[in-house]
Amino acid sequence: MEMFKSLIVILLSSVLVNNYVLSRFLGICPFLGVSKKLGQAVGMGISVTAVMLLASAITWPIQRLLLDRLGLEYMQTIVFILVIAALVQMLEVVLKKFSPALHKALGVYLPLITTNCAVLGVAINNITDGYSFVESIVSSLGCGLGFLLAMVLFAGLRSRIDESEVPKPFRGLAVTLIAASFVSLAFMGLAGIVDTLFA
Amino acid sequence: MDILIDILIALGVVAVIGLFMGVLLAVVSHFFGIEESQRLKSVRACLPGINCGACGYKGCDDYAAALAEGNAKPNLCVPGAADTANALGEVLGIEVEAPKNDVAFVHCNGNCDATSKKADYHGISTCRAAGMLYGGPDACRYGCLGYGDCAAACPAEAICVRDGIAHVDASRCIGCGLCSTVCPKSIISMVPRAATTVVMCNNKDKGADARKACKNACIGCKKCERTCPHGAIKVTGNLAVIDYDKCTGCGACVVGCPTGCLKDVAFPQKSDKEA
Repeated sequence: MEMFKSLIVILLSSVLVNNYVLSRFLGICPFLGVSKKLGQAVGMGISVTAVMLLASAITWPIQRLLLDRLGLEYMQTIVFILVIAALVQMLEVVLKKFSPALHKALGVYLPLITTNCAVLGVAINNITDGYSFVESIVSSLGCGLGFLLAMVLFAGLRSRIDESEVPKPFRGLAVTLIAASFVSLAFMGLAGIVDTLFA
Repeated sequence: MDILIDILIALGVVAVIGLFMGVLLAVVSHFFGIEESQRLKSVRACLPGINCGACGYKGCDDYAAALAEGNAKPNLCVPGAADTANALGEVLGIEVEAPKNDVAFVHCNGNCDATSKKADYHGISTCRAAGMLYGGPDACRYGCLGYGDCAAACPAEAICVRDGIAHVDASRCIGCGLCSTVCPKSIISMVPRAATTVVMCNNKDKGADARKACKNACIGCKKCERTCPHGAIKVTGNLAVIDYDKCTGCGACVVGCPTGCLKDVAFPQKSDKEA
């Protein structure tokens, strides 16, 4: 029961409190680039979640069983990037074969995720936070869902911005960044909510 | 020495992981990868690959996909012309209609000598922007603005702006028609490469007004309409228009035109270009 509770805390805190986009400012490029349309935002969010799960499932054993034992912790970043890039490529090949429709829907996003900092960030943070294998899987699921949440929220916001009359100097990316900072501020308000939830 | 061994171990680990991943990828793509259909590949190989969009599809790959599925006619590729159409017909095993062989032509001769400016324009230097402001700074509101939107759109670098008006180098023109769609004044049209007579004006005002705006303008006098032995030229809306299905290129209208807005031309043929 205790373990279940701690997993729930990890999940919720990585979705709401330590949201990768809005609190840790990782993965900003897809956040700003692909949040113009709701459909695309959802597609990107789901594929990032899938890749995050897969990446931490592979990188955790590599870190614990290989790098730690050989004293090569400092090679973490390079090895993780290598592994994640190869994984995404593999995922693309397999998807193309077994689910062409999904592959077409994800389109260009899948290769883009290859070098996404949020994915690498999750893999590395799982190690630095000292999570166990199950915990790191749950945490990466939470981070993925948090990314999805941020994307969906912001896609809705952007469609409102598109319809409103923005002063000329603020049009385009400027007002988008300002809006993003407001959403981020709003998420800061959620800090501490998870710890008190089970207190 | 220890450092050297450490470096070698690190190198070895990364190399092994990289090699392992590479082999895994190769295996996965061998077992799960799907081959691009041979038909699609050979269709794509026939197309020129300049992605001009004249066929109406999003580039050559898109057109090839439509062709391979049998949803498109093989004669839509303008730059490739007859050779491409025939090659496609051979690959797909279908009958081919003759492709269009058009060349872009600028229907304006309002050069600096012939016309003047009614205003001094200091805005964004594109035709689109200039044209939105009271129809542009030129005295003639139908004529070439000369900011070169067409030249910027041309994928073959066939257009240059000289003496205030755009000129199409017909030997370079691939006939994609992009210039005619971006021109805000619609003065560029696609004429058959075989054409020998062209109208060098787009002014639809009455004779006197047109003449006032530009010395080279068509004044709509209908002299050409009367002289043409084949009924191929018609004045509609104060502007001479040639029907190229009827025009034989006799040149009778050119001789009679009082303002010289009808002109004899000889576009270089596709085969000339290759020679």
